[in-house]
Amino acid sequence: MEQTLKKELQIFATKTRMGVLEGVYNAKAGHPGGSLSICDVLSYLYNVRMRVDPNDPKGADRDRLVLSKGHAAPALYAALALKGFFPVETLKTLRKSDSFLQGHPNMDKVPGVDMSTGSLGQGISAAAGMALGAKLDGKDFHVYAILGDGELQEGQVWEAAMFAGNHALSNLTAIVDNNNLQIDGTMEEVNAPYPIAEKFRAFNWNTVEIDGHDYDALEAAFAAADACTDRPTAIVMRTVKGKGVSFMENAVGWHGSAPNTEQYEQAMQELRAALAELEA
Amino acid sequence: MAEVVKCATREAYGKALVELGEQNDKVLVLDADLAAATKTGMFKKAFPERFIDVGIAESNLMGVAAGLAATGHIVFASSFAMFAAGRAFEQVRNSIGYPHLNVKIGATHAGISVGEDGASHQCCEDIALMRSIPGMVILNPADDVEARACVLAAAAHEGPVYMRFGRLAVPRVFDETYQFEIGKGAVLREGTDVTIVATGLMVNEALLAAETLQNEGVSARVVNMATIKPIDRDILIDSAKKTGAIVTAEEHNVLGGLGGAVAEVICETVPVPVLRVGVEDVFGKSGPAVELLHLFGLDAAHIVEKAKQAVKMKA
Repeated sequence: MEQTLKKELQIFATKTRMGVLEGVYNAKAGHPGGSLSICDVLSYLYNVRMRVDPNDPKGADRDRLVLSKGHAAPALYAALALKGFFPVETLKTLRKSDSFLQGHPNMDKVPGVDMSTGSLGQGISAAAGMALGAKLDGKDFHVYAILGDGELQEGQVWEAAMFAGNHALSNLTAIVDNNNLQIDGTMEEVNAPYPIAEKFRAFNWNTVEIDGHDYDALEAAFAAADACTDRPTAIVMRTVKGKGVSFMENAVGWHGSAPNTEQYEQAMQELRAALAELEA
Repeated sequence: MAEVVKCATREAYGKALVELGEQNDKVLVLDADLAAATKTGMFKKAFPERFIDVGIAESNLMGVAAGLAATGHIVFASSFAMFAAGRAFEQVRNSIGYPHLNVKIGATHAGISVGEDGASHQCCEDIALMRSIPGMVILNPADDVEARACVLAAAAHEGPVYMRFGRLAVPRVFDETYQFEIGKGAVLREGTDVTIVATGLMVNEALLAAETLQNEGVSARVVNMATIKPIDRDILIDSAKKTGAIVTAEEHNVLGGLGGAVAEVICETVPVPVLRVGVEDVFGKSGPAVELLHLFGLDAAHIVEKAKQAVKMKA
């Protein structure tokens, strides 16, 4: 990938991470770990891949993104705000009773949110329905679904995977955020869904396994998805939960808790330093 | 006397889907491996390219329906009531109800009249479940004429609708002049001593009960309540004022269904006795449908009994 673009994407991802921190800190609640792990793929999707227009968020021909792991809403909201769907300042209202920014995505309240999610396992079914809808109507939009690795424990994911594979939904790309942590511990300690890619392949999906923080790898993975025209693609991204904030990285405790003021200051300081370095 | 036509509401559902399919190419029909039984197979035959069988996966059925609705389609999603409302309750709640998507759930084989398959398939909880979802419209037609009208009205309505159909062929109650409107009950027979509010296959039983009551000197008003949500408050309040006692009749648990809905309205407005005829909070069992209906008290005789009791309770 061209270096200027890569830097732009990294800057967007870093600002997205800052938006996550702003939201979760002000809400005193939320899910920072699994939000921070998807900021790079969101940056790539919204800046390179997706055909979306902040001035026409319900446009019939737009690409769709279904955040099946809806608890990572702070990251989605930050990315949408940075793209101009609503003011960045509103990220601080996350989870407040007078805010449109619900704890989990709501498609009727938040411009740019394509499906209401939060109950794990359901988003991928809706994404498959949207992809099928496009095919039936002869439309060329693409549907992306971001799933958690813990979410793969939900049986509905595999009902949807079987369906999408059998319907050859090549306009559907599932992105698995494999940070290997869930609320109760590591995947292995709870109920590991491994091997992930093999499972999707068994359901007639094309699969790619990458480092989800490597933009060259992301570019190659989505190119591979484009090249595959007879089946859906699952991109299994190895990621770091809490990515970008030193004390949150790979720490299971940051799945669903907010930083205190001191921790927030430290996190923002780290992210500001990263941003300064990128912008230098 | 002309012979009474008998037809299952699921049969009318299948036919109405074909009618809709001819009118509107945005109509899609989904099923979960029960197309022959739910009668969506009729649509499949007429419009194979607009019929999608997701297989035995009701959770995914509701999710795919939601996604298709989000891309502008009018989606009918079918299974047995047990699986549509029961198995997939949370998908209906979160993927369809919460975003208020344009999905019409066509649930067949509701209630005890499933018959021989027994309790595992006799869903008497679906109305209670669906009533608890904000914005959900619930339609429970009495016969094939009303079933057709419900399907057409559901298609024209923007937002989620739960339609409840039966397996058993039931007597036709309405003629071709019948007009249906979502949210409106209808007085089928005037009376002064008690009102029988009935839904689904119990409407015919209510009419038979009113006839018997008439012969025994009790004048019963009969109200058909095909829309259970939003419930027609006006007709209930009017009935309570005019007759001073109400009996509800439904092929559903007495908890949380029509009886619950009516009692909620009446308690808060014109408190008069409300007695409920329905499945008495028990599971069903195997047997021929008509025999089971009598066994579980879902018949005119039981309505008559409750009506007399309700009249006695009037102060």
